[in-house]
Parts: sequence; structure tokens; C-alpha cells
Amino acid sequence: MKRLLALGAVVLTTAALAWAGSEAQPKTGGAPKPVIAKAVKGEQCVEDNDYMRRNHMKVLNHHRDETVLEGIRTKKYSLKECINCHASEKTGSVAAAKDDFCVSCHSYAAVKIDCFDCHSTKPQGTMAMHPLNAETAHYKHKLAAQATSKVSAEEMAGVAQ
Amino acid sequence: MSDMKPRSDSTPASPERRRFVGAATATAAGLAIAPGVMLYEVAHGRAEDQAASSAVRWGMLVDATKCATGCNDCVSACSTENGWTPVAESKHPKQAPQWIRKLELQDPLTQMETNLPMMCQHCAEPPCVDVCPTGASFKRADGIVLVNRHTCIGCRYCMMACPYKARSLVHEPLNDTQKPDVPRGIGCVEACTFCVQKVDRGDGNTACAEACTAAGHNALVFGDMNDPESEISKRLRELPTKQVRADLNLNLGVRYHGI
Repeated sequence: MKRLLALGAVVLTTAALAWAGSEAQPKTGGAPKPVIAKAVKGEQCVEDNDYMRRNHMKVLNHHRDETVLEGIRTKKYSLKECINCHASEKTGSVAAAKDDFCVSCHSYAAVKIDCFDCHSTKPQGTMAMHPLNAETAHYKHKLAAQATSKVSAEEMAGVAQ
Repeated sequence: MSDMKPRSDSTPASPERRRFVGAATATAAGLAIAPGVMLYEVAHGRAEDQAASSAVRWGMLVDATKCATGCNDCVSACSTENGWTPVAESKHPKQAPQWIRKLELQDPLTQMETNLPMMCQHCAEPPCVDVCPTGASFKRADGIVLVNRHTCIGCRYCMMACPYKARSLVHEPLNDTQKPDVPRGIGCVEACTFCVQKVDRGDGNTACAEACTAAGHNALVFGDMNDPESEISKRLRELPTKQVRADLNLNLGVRYHGI
């Protein structure tokens, strides 16, 4: 009987481990860990990953003041460039779904992001960001005339390209 | 223009000053290969890591005699460039943001009609900056009056202070319809920015002026008022222009001809 119980326990433990292993997220330690998707474009961020994870808000805030007040629009540390690389392939955005790059960590850390109250979450030139999909569809005829010269087919097809 | 002085009043420049000005002009003209051919353009092609400079003052000339009745191209070009919903399409037209609007004026005595676009006049002494309690309303070095949305609390003092009704408050959430180059958001005041994103890119023109030229009216000229060789400076030298509410002495960046 004792041996049977032990066998049962072993079977149950194995099953439990197998079940836990089948999950994408390890269940250890409360809330599921954030999914950090690799950037769609580019190999390396403007700084090391560790530095960016801890300090991205500082460099963004500094760059923001230079841009708004003085008109300095360098690409490094620009929020627009973050979005250009990190917008997800699925939603075309950094903050539309809960797995998208910015939201994923921020919801884990329970830190509200204010950026996207004003800033677009989508890169320029994508289908999602195309003016016809925004509130300015009234301007279709003029945009159609520009479309041939300005927005190429590759750009229209989105960041996935 | 009350602050205009007769030319003869100014003291003649000393020879040293003349020489200096001559040398400065030669330097500023910048590596002219041949007349009219330059290796780089002064003022307009600012490097992206360089701050806006007070050597430049951006301004606009509105020629009301050329502004066509019923034409709304400047307004729709602005709304497309900057991503604000046209007032006619807004659910709440009375509180819809409006960066530029067309005015039709009529002289009650003579019935003469005047057409003109009205927007932020980019004052050198902006009342909106004076009243802002948080410092969000500011004038950039190159004369463009802007709102820093990171510090704007939406109190709307600037809207009340502005003599031109140029500013609007965003009342509704925008739900990610903003342009990547033009962040805008609920609870912040906004106005014409002289297409600051285009200016910083080095386009040297605004969406409204481009649209006006494309429509063949040429009523809007945008440029550097500090550069004597710029199109706008030349036109301002030739045409009699007025500042709206010149009595307020705000030294406006937008000048009107034919009003």
C-alpha cells in the first residue's frame, strides 16, 4: 500500500512538472514574467539592454526636453526611433496589446505609461499609421496624388517587411 | 506699423562696421561656388543636433488680396499634416481644436469682402507665455511659439490671453490617431506650430503655404524674416503690410497685406 502511494505521488509530481513545463511562463513566484519581444528592426539597442531597462526613462526625458524646447531632433534616444524598432509585428504598435514591447514590462511593474496619451504608438509609414486609417480620411483625394511619390509599397506593407 | 522709422533717422554705419558687415555677409553667404550656387544653405539646413537659433526668425506673410474666397486648402493641409480633425467633421464643433481658420470679413460701409487665414501670430512678446502658470507656453529661439505638452496642465489661461483666439484645448481622447511627428493629447492646449516638425527637418516651409502655392494662389509666404535675402523679407520690403491688433505692440511673426 505504502509503495502504491509512493508510486502515485511520483506519477502526480511528474504530471504536475510536465504540466508546468508545457506553459510558456514558469509559474514560480507569482505574476507571469513579462514577454520581451526582440525588436523587429536592428541588432543592438542604442545602449546595452541592462542600461536601457533601468535608465530608458531618464534618457527619454532628457531627449524630450532638448527636442521640445530647442528643436534638437537627433535619432539616438528619440521615442520615435524606439517605436520604429520595437513596434510589434502583430499589432504594428508598442502599446496596443498586452504583449507589446512597452506595455509588457510596464504592466508587470505596474508603472503607468503616459507617453502614449499624446504620442503615437505606431511607426511612420506603416499601414496602421497610414493617414487613410486615421481621422483624416476626408483628405483622400489629395493623399492619393501624393501616394505615388511619397509612400512606397514596402513602407505601406508595414514594419514586417 | 507705428514702430517704423524713416530711413534717414538711422546713424550712418562706421567704416569698421561696414567692413565687418561685408565680411560677415561673405561668410554667411557660405562657400558660394558661383552666384546662386551654394554648397550649403544658410539658416534652413540646420543640423539635427543643433538647437534652434535666434539668428533666425520664422515668419509668414499673408497676402489677403490673393487669398481666394471659398478656398480652404491651407486649413485642410494643416489638419492633414498635424492630424487634427476638421471642425466640420468633429462631433463637437464648438470645442473642436482648430490650428488655422479662414475668416471672411466685410466692410459694413463699402461691402468690400476680405478673405484671410487666421492662426497663431507667433508674437515676439507673446501674451500666452506671460500668463502661463507652469511655463508650458514658450517661445523657441527661432521665434516659434509652442506649448510644451509635458508641462501643460490645461488651465486655458493662454487661450484667454491670446488676442487672436489662436489656441484650442483638446477635449476628447485622441485614441492613437496622432501623427508620429506631431504628438497631441487630451487636456493640453495647442495651436499652430509653424509646422515645427517640417522646419526642423529643413523643409523651410509650412503645410499651409505649400498647399496655397500648389493651388496657385501664392497668398502665403513662409520664411526667415531675419535673412534679408529670403523671399519673405523681400516681399515685406515691397508690400505695405499690417499686424493685426498692432496697437498691442506684440511684434507679430505673421504679417498681412491687403487688410
